[in-house]
Amino acid sequence: MKKEHIITIAAPALQQSKKTGACGNCQASCQSACKTSCTVGNQACESKK
Amino acid sequence: MQFTEDKIHLIDKGEIKILLDVNSGAVHLLDEETFAVLQTLLVNGNNWDNLPAVADLAGIRDSLAELQAQGLLLAVDDEIFPRGKQNVLKALCMNVAHDCNLNCHYCFASQGDFGGERKLMPVEVGKQAVDFLLKHSGSRTLCEMDFFGGEPLMAWPMVQEVVLYGEAEADRLGKKFHFTMTTNGVLLTTAVQNFLNQHEISTVLSLDGRKEVHDRMRPTWTDAGSYDLILPKYQEFAASRDDYVIRGTYTHFNLDFAADVLHYFKEGFKNLSMEPVIGPVSADFSLRPEDFATIEQEYDQLAEAYLELYRSGNEMNFFHFNVDLDHGPCLPKRLTGCGAGVEYFALSPEGDLYPCHQFVGREEFKVGTLATGIERTDLVQQFSEAHIYNKPLCKACWARFFCGGGCHANAEEFNQTLLTPYELGCRIQKKRLEAAIYVQIMKKLG
Repeated sequence: MKKEHIITIAAPALQQSKKTGACGNCQASCQSACKTSCTVGNQACESKK
Repeated sequence: MQFTEDKIHLIDKGEIKILLDVNSGAVHLLDEETFAVLQTLLVNGNNWDNLPAVADLAGIRDSLAELQAQGLLLAVDDEIFPRGKQNVLKALCMNVAHDCNLNCHYCFASQGDFGGERKLMPVEVGKQAVDFLLKHSGSRTLCEMDFFGGEPLMAWPMVQEVVLYGEAEADRLGKKFHFTMTTNGVLLTTAVQNFLNQHEISTVLSLDGRKEVHDRMRPTWTDAGSYDLILPKYQEFAASRDDYVIRGTYTHFNLDFAADVLHYFKEGFKNLSMEPVIGPVSADFSLRPEDFATIEQEYDQLAEAYLELYRSGNEMNFFHFNVDLDHGPCLPKRLTGCGAGVEYFALSPEGDLYPCHQFVGREEFKVGTLATGIERTDLVQQFSEAHIYNKPLCKACWARFFCGGGCHANAEEFNQTLLTPYELGCRIQKKRLEAAIYVQIMKKLG
């Protein structure tokens, strides 16, 4: 039996989003620690809400 | 298959071995042998003839090749920066009060006055800012306005008037405002709370954790602690709504900051954030490179504590672990980062525009005024070009599509250029992201 070496947990297809994204509806995302640094990775996509 | 540190990132969490494919964003779990093979390939220049002994090397190679064919491993990025909508203003940070009723030692705003006179923003300037934002928001329906300071509640009557005016004007134009505010809580009352709730103003409440930690860095002007003054107000506020964040700063003095995050939870708060202090190298509270090992351990401990609470049905919403592995932002957004100086500006009480609140008061970064609009198009161009593809360190970094290239103000402060990120900030960011990815995987696995 073939051994499973890798399990994919998430596959968000970032490169594809280069063609489909950039609607600009997402929130601004200040990364300054003096506010709550909203790193872009913490953000939700408005079009997927 | 050529594995390099800018294309894949391996995270070893004991029994959990994680592979992040940087360009596709795919996240995989690996078995021990595959992890060992990839680890070796990264350091031996991809020499498949010089690998640790594994039972099924052919099977591992096939599995990797299959993922590559599916675009889930070693995905290729064309490194072309996608230009989105041009000249669209998304957000204004309103420095409504260059004044503060606390004397926090680490304050980037020179205890509230930003190095200048203590002053409040007049209502008329606030209303002009509403008009300016609506006018320049293009086809965007949502306009974001953040009330900041100093301490914005010192300008509370003005804030209320601007909110009411903004709502009415946005309504008239078929748009909507999303207001936010960051406060130190000293002037938070039930009446303020009711207004914030009624107008759905997202609120960030500053609190540094345990009483002794908070009081050390956030005293009043008479050098008394502010913890006892604000904690009951925050508790009442948090009980009245879900949309709030308790936000703290950790410094060299509380490297055991996981205890402070857990302290928030113990006091009844659910939405939590804890940030590393940014301060001059000479300051005693500033983080230093030798603190990093302890900081790493704290994020590991915090991740385990978070998971323990999650498993017991007591979810703690720690903001920086909220990474959506499946449905995060698109790549153009990740490349753009915060948008400071391009789609986001800060406004001084006098009506002067700066790339963001961190640059307020620095004449060389003043881009224009509400009256004149943006005059320094050269600066806007500089900020717009300060994206990941133009930053050599970011191009080589695995975390680039999560952090968006880091904070421009920190880069400029520590390296005098927007194109070189602040190194210690990057190290902490990467550690925090590793912990976040691990936490999200463990939540998925149940």
